[in-house]
Amino acid sequence: MFLEQVVNGIFLGSMYALVAIAFTLIMGIFGMLNIAVGEVFMLGAFFGMSLIMAGVPFHFALPLAMIGSGVVSLVIERLSFRPLRHAPLLVPLLSTIGFSILLQNLANIVWGTERLEFPGVAALPDLKLGSMVIPSVQFLVLGSAVALILALDLFIQRTRVGRGMRAVAENLETSSILGVEPNGIILVTFFVSGLLAGASGVFFGLTFSLIAPTIGLEVGLKGIAAMVVGGLGNMRGGIIGGLLIGITETLSVAYISASYRDVFVYSLLFLALIIRPEGILGTVQQEKGRA
Amino acid sequence: MFSSYQEGLLVLLGINVLTAFSVYSPLATGQLSLGNAGFMAIGAYISAILTLNFGVGLQAALILGGLSAGVSGVLVGFPALRLRGVFLAMATLAFGEVVRTIFLNLSYTGGAYGLRGMMGTTLPMVWLWVLAVTLFFFLLMRSPFGLNIHATHDDEEVGELTGINVTRVKVGAFGIGAFIAGVAGGLYAHYLLYIEPSLFGFLESIYMLLYVILGGMTTFWGCLVGAAVFTLLPEYLRFLERWRGAFFGAIIVLMMILRPQGLLTRELLRLLTNRRGPTQPEEVPARVQEVGE
Repeated sequence: MFLEQVVNGIFLGSMYALVAIAFTLIMGIFGMLNIAVGEVFMLGAFFGMSLIMAGVPFHFALPLAMIGSGVVSLVIERLSFRPLRHAPLLVPLLSTIGFSILLQNLANIVWGTERLEFPGVAALPDLKLGSMVIPSVQFLVLGSAVALILALDLFIQRTRVGRGMRAVAENLETSSILGVEPNGIILVTFFVSGLLAGASGVFFGLTFSLIAPTIGLEVGLKGIAAMVVGGLGNMRGGIIGGLLIGITETLSVAYISASYRDVFVYSLLFLALIIRPEGILGTVQQEKGRA
Repeated sequence: MFSSYQEGLLVLLGINVLTAFSVYSPLATGQLSLGNAGFMAIGAYISAILTLNFGVGLQAALILGGLSAGVSGVLVGFPALRLRGVFLAMATLAFGEVVRTIFLNLSYTGGAYGLRGMMGTTLPMVWLWVLAVTLFFFLLMRSPFGLNIHATHDDEEVGELTGINVTRVKVGAFGIGAFIAGVAGGLYAHYLLYIEPSLFGFLESIYMLLYVILGGMTTFWGCLVGAAVFTLLPEYLRFLERWRGAFFGAIIVLMMILRPQGLLTRELLRLLTNRRGPTQPEEVPARVQEVGE
């Protein structure tokens, strides 16, 4: 029972981790939350659902939904960050809140406000470990999430563009003095952020089989919590935080009560900020803003 | 004098003005709160329990609800001193969600069903509170404490060096904001006749912040303008039907590009009132800039 809940928490946490990294990438550059990441996640789920229902096989539907979310993320960059780069940090924050409201309402118009069923794609048999039954879809989700995170890590560590991303995240101005073209790098960062959030949305749909336009805010807040608890400024923090939040959630549902779930998650976030604002693996000082 | 629809709208407008002030108070010292719906919930639930279960009069219940929220504000304000900008925003966000989910789980407060049967909020009562709070800020911002608020906002360290008790200013402003949110919550509860935890979610906190920023945060009059415009605007957008929400979001995005300093600025205010006043070297954007960094 306990082990099963921990395993469930890891599956859930892998989705939160992707959203947390999507937040972290943008936080790294601008030192500000892009609240609309939650909505990009939600759109990923709906894109995936529409594609699969249109008969697109899953291995094409997933990348297409991710690209769709990536494009939405680029639009957010163009309207909420590019024109406001020299404005006070509150301004892009509010602008992305505006985007959240806009995107959620657009989703309401396109797909309706009711919960919709996400089509299943599992063709593999479920895995039995002793008394534990793990649905194959969860392995599909976890495997894809791990693959995406590893690919991103390689991309950031090994490629020229990835080096640029790290440089811009370190310091926007210095990196441009040193010859990095910041606008291109920022676009790549937003696109990658959108890809990850979108993938997480598709995984969410697969796992819970019901999606609604409100999941963006719900999971977005969990993603923020995961990012903060794990530690800002690096991907590993997002991963640890995501898993921790996921496991906290499933354990509190199993042992205390489903409705107390969020009390624990948000208490964890509040305590993490008060006691250790830099997070478990944090390296970034909280003062780090736009230098 | 008013139709009941207009009266309802004006009550909500007054309550929204109060919530805007509740965000403005900490923001004026450079503290961004995304959890004021939590304080509003505390005020709403405490005052509702007092009038429903203990037969306390409405005004006393409002004040007690506000005080409970204010005390929680001070309790949150102290640990929050360690945090700045977006980190404080996230901590207050977490606080607001914790409060909401606790009320969701307390059987004493009716859980998800909430409490029903509170009544008594009238239009004059709401606007008396608005008047009182406006007057309070009008006097506060001209008092030595108001100067300390400005100084803390502009540069905390220099403020500290010149002898300002920055802790007192910041925690005080946080507590005042929470008190106002609590009173607004009490008025809301006794106007709506029911309350449930979902009324006090993250979006509610966001709307309060929107009123302040879109109204213009360099002067407290911006709270009035912002709350008025963004309470009435959705009403005038009814003809858009289901596109209304999307349009509202788009307006926010556009406003941030076209007029990030908000509708009302101190310069505009001076132009409007045609007051010469001492020509302070006042750069409005510079003052806004500090928050959140």
